[in-house]
Amino acid sequence: MNPPAKETAMRFPLMAAVLAVALALPIVTLPIGAVAHRAWLLPSATVLSGADQWVTVDAAVSNDLFFFEHNPLRLDGLSVTAPDGSPAAAENTATGRYRSTFDVKIARPGTWKIAVVTDGLFASWREDGQPRRWRGTAEALAREVPENAENLRVTQSQGRLEAFVTAGKPTDGVLQPTGKGLELMPITHPNDLVAGTPASFRFLLDGAPRAGLEVTIIRGGIRYRDNLGALTATTDAEGAVSVTWPEPGMYWIEASVRDDRTATARAKERRASYAATLEVLP
Amino acid sequence: MRKFLTVAAGGLAAGPAAAADIAIKVEIPRLTVAEYHRPYVAVWIERPDQSVAATLAVWYDLRLRNNEGTKWLKDLRQWWRRTGRELDMPVDGISGATRPVGAHTLAFAGDHPTLEPLPPGEYRLAVEAAREVGGREMVRIPFRWPPLKAESATAQGKDELGAVTLDIEP
Repeated sequence: MNPPAKETAMRFPLMAAVLAVALALPIVTLPIGAVAHRAWLLPSATVLSGADQWVTVDAAVSNDLFFFEHNPLRLDGLSVTAPDGSPAAAENTATGRYRSTFDVKIARPGTWKIAVVTDGLFASWREDGQPRRWRGTAEALAREVPENAENLRVTQSQGRLEAFVTAGKPTDGVLQPTGKGLELMPITHPNDLVAGTPASFRFLLDGAPRAGLEVTIIRGGIRYRDNLGALTATTDAEGAVSVTWPEPGMYWIEASVRDDRTATARAKERRASYAATLEVLP
Repeated sequence: MRKFLTVAAGGLAAGPAAAADIAIKVEIPRLTVAEYHRPYVAVWIERPDQSVAATLAVWYDLRLRNNEGTKWLKDLRQWWRRTGRELDMPVDGISGATRPVGAHTLAFAGDHPTLEPLPPGEYRLAVEAAREVGGREMVRIPFRWPPLKAESATAQGKDELGAVTLDIEP
């Protein structure tokens, strides 16, 4: 053991550094940031039988799917939707160093949706020669970010992460779009995916089919293989893509768009992203 | 089996087939494993497009309180996806307790409420087994219904199932 004084001296800068890194790293922004990290939800099961089952969900931001090795996903925008569309509770919520986790009681048969939705503004500018970064709501932007700041850049980010769980027979009550940001409208039910069988999904931007969108699909277990094996597909005129799953596993499907359809005049650019974790059975 | 298809084609649109009897023998193999649980088994009849015509039997852990044995029915993956998830188990005449190692026979008379409404045509018997902390296996035996003559066919499982035999009598 080091003497207390020395330990404090050693620890404080380290903690400060960790804190600084934590603040600088766009934990919440990751579903939406331009960084190469991947944000995901990982349910313990997606197909259930019997009454009153539970699922545990891990939520993290990482490089490799689905390993928690970088940052936990913040759960501020977490929502759980029961088959009839009513909100349900996430229980035993906890955030650790590398992942967040929570439980959902699947109290009724049908398809449940678990989503983490973010919608916020990001600003960067220079002040007294120093770069400044800011994140918050439109109201706070007006208060806290000087309008005539040097090199001011304001971006709106809308992110949506989803996972689906079905007990018994699949239902489609939770598969309705909100009309905000980038969303997935399953054509094939997301809990009815089988290796070797084609599945299709429609992508909507603000509720309208989004054609020409590049969609990336990556199977989990990246750590144990050399080749990423990402599948890419581009949505057709109706916003649809079709994918034939090469093998069973947990897959991450992701897409994002940039445009200028922002919710506030001060933001010149919007980034909308969507990612879901889909389980493909043998 | 193929040659029966042409014979059958003319009769496909007809109503239920005449009475015939089905006997199914399912062998549950003895396995040398550290932790053994009797497998869950589903036995059903499927159409050539793999849709389910009838579930004949589901053996699962019926004795657990609160119907908790149903938690693992999803592990009978094919059966669960094609029909199990539509059912509210237990179902009279279909549900049964898990069976020990050995050969087990299921017999159905042609006028059985499950078989009686089957239109004439090509079918497959499907048997799927899933074992707790073990594996899963499925075998299929094609057959024509109703049979033109007495038929017997066997499919051999490799891991979770032994021999599965289908005997049909006109």
